[in-house]
Amino acid sequence: MTQSITTVDLTGDPRRRRKERRVRAIFLAAGLASIAISALIIVALSGEAWRFISQVDPAALFTVGWFPRRGLYDIPTLIIATVLIAGIGMLVAVPLGLGAAAYLSEYASPRARRRLKPTLEILAGIPSVVLGFWALTFISPEIVQRVFTSAKPFTMMAAGLGVGVLITPLIATVSEDAMRAVPTSLREASYGLGASRSTTVRSVVFPASLSGVVASLILALSRAMGETMIVFMAAGAVGGALRTFNPLEPGQTMTAAVASLATGSDQVAGEGLAFQSLFFVGLLLFLITLSLNSISNRLVRRYRNRY
Amino acid sequence: MSDRSPNDAVSGESALFDGAARAPEVDAARVTGGSPDNTHDVIISLEDVDVYYGDFHAVDSVSVPIREKEITAFIGPSGCGKSTVLRTINRMNDLIPTARVEGSVTYHGVDLYGGNVDPVQVRRHIGMVFQKPNPFPKSIYDNISFGPKIAKYDGNMDDLVEESLNRAALWDEVKDKLDDSAYALSGGQQQRLCIARAIATSPDVLLMDEPASALDPIATLRIEELMYELKQDYTIIIVTHNMQQAARVSDRTAFFNIDIQNGQRAGRLVEFSETATLFTTPSEKTTEDYITGRFG
Ligand SMILES: Nc1ncnc2c1ncn2[C@@H]1O[C@H](COP(=O)(O)OP(=O)(O)OP(=O)(O)O)[C@@H](O)[C@H]1O
Ligand SMILES: [Mg+2]
Repeated sequence: MTQSITTVDLTGDPRRRRKERRVRAIFLAAGLASIAISALIIVALSGEAWRFISQVDPAALFTVGWFPRRGLYDIPTLIIATVLIAGIGMLVAVPLGLGAAAYLSEYASPRARRRLKPTLEILAGIPSVVLGFWALTFISPEIVQRVFTSAKPFTMMAAGLGVGVLITPLIATVSEDAMRAVPTSLREASYGLGASRSTTVRSVVFPASLSGVVASLILALSRAMGETMIVFMAAGAVGGALRTFNPLEPGQTMTAAVASLATGSDQVAGEGLAFQSLFFVGLLLFLITLSLNSISNRLVRRYRNRY
Repeated sequence: MSDRSPNDAVSGESALFDGAARAPEVDAARVTGGSPDNTHDVIISLEDVDVYYGDFHAVDSVSVPIREKEITAFIGPSGCGKSTVLRTINRMNDLIPTARVEGSVTYHGVDLYGGNVDPVQVRRHIGMVFQKPNPFPKSIYDNISFGPKIAKYDGNMDDLVEESLNRAALWDEVKDKLDDSAYALSGGQQQRLCIARAIATSPDVLLMDEPASALDPIATLRIEELMYELKQDYTIIIVTHNMQQAARVSDRTAFFNIDIQNGQRAGRLVEFSETATLFTTPSEKTTEDYITGRFG
C-alpha cells in the first residue's frame, strides 16, 4: 500500500495551488485597501483637526454653546447632546430590542417567527431621513409634547426616541442571531433540570450568547452616536445650540454640527476656523466610536477566555 | 437483589470486553440483573404511546410499565425510537415543535400529558442525562449547582456539589478546579459531570440516554455502580447499545426494533420482560438475533 504513494501523489494539482495563491492575493488586496482607506481618512481628519486646535483660542472651546460662526466652539454642548440623544435611544431600544430578540428566539412559534422576522428587517431598512421626518411630525407633537406640555417642537427627546426606533431592529436582529446560535442541547440541559422557559433564557441562553448581545449593544450605541439625519431634522438647533442637559430643549449633536457646517446656506466651506472645526468634531466622533469598538472587542474576548 | 454490587458481574475482564457479536449467546451466568422480586409498584406506565415528528410516525403503539426502584433498560438498533420514547417520559418532546405524542403516559397514576400538568414540574421529578454530553458553558461548580439553585435548595451547596461529583466518580479529577470551565473537561468527564448535575437535583426518576457511550471501561463501571447505588432510592431507565451493560445492570429490558409495515417505518416494542428472561430465553426470534449479534 504505502509503496505506491510517490512524491508526485502528494504534490497535488499545480493549477489548484496557483488558483489558491491568486484567491489569497485578491483577499489580501481587499484587506490592504480597507486599511489604506482608513489610514487616509485618519490622516486627512487629523491634519485639519490639528490646524483647528492650534489656531483656536482655548477659551472658545468652553463657552455657553456651540455657535461656530460666532467663534464659540463649546465642545461639551455637542458631547452632551450626543450622549443624551444616544442615551434616550438606548433606553428605548435595549429593552425593546432584547425583548424582541428573546421572544423571537425562545418563545415564538416557527409560524410567528416567519412573520415577525421579515417585519423587523423591513423596519431595519427604513431610511433614517424617513424616521427623522416621522420623529418631527409624529413623535414630537403626539408623544413628547403631549407628555411634556412645555416641550418645544424640536427637542432632543423626540430625536432620541427616533434614534431608539432606528436602532431597535439592529439590536433585535443581531441579538436574536446570537441567541439562536446557542445550541439546542444547552436548552435541553436546562429544561431537563426543571428550569422554566424564563430561567432558561436568563441563566443559559442569555449568558451563552452574551458576546453577541454585547456586540449588538455596542454596535447600536455607535450607530446611535453616529446617526445624523434624525437628529438633524428633529433636534432642531441647526445653526447652533446652547449648552443644556435638558432633553426637552433643542440640541446639536456632533454629527448634526458637522452636517450643518458642511451644508449650511451661508457656507463656511473653503477656509476659516469654523470650517476646520468640522474636522475636529469628526475626529472626536471617530475616536469615540473607535474606543467603543475596542471596549466591545475586549468584553467579547474576556468572555471567550473565561469559557 | 438491589444490594448486590455490579462488581460481582465483572469479576473477569471478559465480561466487560466480550462483544455481543462474538458471543453466540449471552452467557446466562453473566446476566446478573434481571430477576426482580416483583415487589415494586409500577411508577410510570406507557400505554399505546405513538410519537410523530410531523408526518413521520417514529414510534408506534408502545406500552411499557416501569417499576419503582428498578433499572429498566431500553435496547434496540439505532433509529428505532429509544430516545424518542425516553423523552416522552419527561415531556422533553414538547421542545420539538413538530413532535406529537399520542396515547397515555402516567406517573404515579397522573397523566403526564393532562391539561394542568406543568412540564417544568414533571422534569423536577424526572431528571435526564442526554445522549451527548451537554454541560453549560459555566464553571464545573455552577453546572452542578444550577438545578438545586432553581429548585431553591437550602442546604449546603458546597457539600451537595462534592457529593454529586463523588457519586458520578468525578470528584477526584476536578476537586482542584471547580471554578474552571466545564468545557475544559474531556468528553467522558463532561458526561460524568452531566450525570452529577442530574443527580444533584435528586429527582425521583432518572432517564439516562446512553450515559456511558463516551466513557472508558473503568468510568463505565463507576457509572454502573452508581446506578446500583441510586436504585435504592431512584427509578432508572437507561438506553444502551451495550448488551453486556443492559444484562449487568438492568432488572427489566425492553427491546425495540424498526418495523416496516405497509411500507411505513416505525419503531415498535418487540419484547419486554425481566432481563434474565429476555437475554436467556427470548420469546421473539428478532430479540434473539439482536442480542446474539446475528442481526440485520
Ligand atoms: N427532532 C426530530 N425530528 C424529526 N425526526 C426525528 C427527530 N428526532 C428523531 N427523529 C427520528 O425518529 C426516529 C427515532 O429516533 P431516536 O432518536 O428516538 O432513535 P434512537 O433509537 O434513540 O437511536 P440511536 O440509538 O441512534 O440514538 C429516527 O428515525 C429519527 O430520525
Ligand atoms: Mg438515541
